[in-house]
Amino acid sequence: MHRLLCALILVSSSAWAVIETYEFSSPDLASRYHQLGQELRCPKCQNQNIADSNAPIARDLRVVLYEQLEAGQTDAQILDFMVARYGQFVRYRPEVDRQTALLWWSPLLLLVLGGLGVARHFRKKEHYPDQRLTAAEQEQVDRLLEDRIP
Amino acid sequence: MRVKRFIPLAAFALLALLLFKGLSIDPTALPAARLGQPFPDFSQPELLTEEVIGASALQPRPALVNVWATWCYSCRVEHPYLLALATQGVPIYGLNYKDESEKARQWLSELGDPYRLNITDRDGTVGLDLGVYGAPETYVLGPDGVILHRHVGVLDEAVFERDIRHFFTVPGRLAQASTQEGGE
Repeated sequence: MHRLLCALILVSSSAWAVIETYEFSSPDLASRYHQLGQELRCPKCQNQNIADSNAPIARDLRVVLYEQLEAGQTDAQILDFMVARYGQFVRYRPEVDRQTALLWWSPLLLLVLGGLGVARHFRKKEHYPDQRLTAAEQEQVDRLLEDRIP
Repeated sequence: MRVKRFIPLAAFALLALLLFKGLSIDPTALPAARLGQPFPDFSQPELLTEEVIGASALQPRPALVNVWATWCYSCRVEHPYLLALATQGVPIYGLNYKDESEKARQWLSELGDPYRLNITDRDGTVGLDLGVYGAPETYVLGPDGVILHRHVGVLDEAVFERDIRHFFTVPGRLAQASTQEGGE
């Protein structure tokens, strides 16, 4: 009975799911594999990178990534290969071009706009007229108050 | 001074417009990177004849290239419409994507065969070169072999009439369309 249970556990699909091991010819390739796997986005399951995703397309892209690394391709060549097929979308850090310019520069733009607003706000305060009373005005106020007090 | 009062209102209206537009955007729609480029060349066996073919075998054009597989439920849904299109004379080439050839041949003999030919893409390399990320997908191939349009998901009459028909009816518009992006 125990043996049967063990056998069943071994053939269950979840036991197979994550078993995907690659033998790299150097530790450097392995670390680049992990880094690029984090940086490439799965086209099917859009908020996961290909390292995290279980989608078939992500698995295919991992195989391609592995093969290209072993074939001696540079990071730039591999990213170009992916972008040619899946567009800048496939990168979590897309290149700055006409389409992604807004994405890249809008935080800076908003910061500058906000800064300008704040600066304007404080400058305006300084331009308020001096609200302290002049000696003549003070005298007038005192006189008026005295009149009121019986 | 009075104009200033309306700045918050204008900002609100702008933001509301932006967010409203965001509602109608399909977040799963991906830009097709291969638009305007020739169909990537390949060397794969044809599904039925097992003769090795390349991109030059995709004649005549304009034509559709339909990515399908027997494991894909939606492909079964769109299959009758593909048969209807084929009888209308639209050339359709199949890309049998990551499938078992035996099952695929059985599928065609049981459900009918709308395809002029089928590229056998067992390990998905042609699909990868094309930028396929699932099935079904349908590509429009221009007369010069350039990819003009991609549709992801089930192809039905509404989609064909709206997005694809014009590639087949007005030959003069094909050249223009190749410089256009998307078309969704």
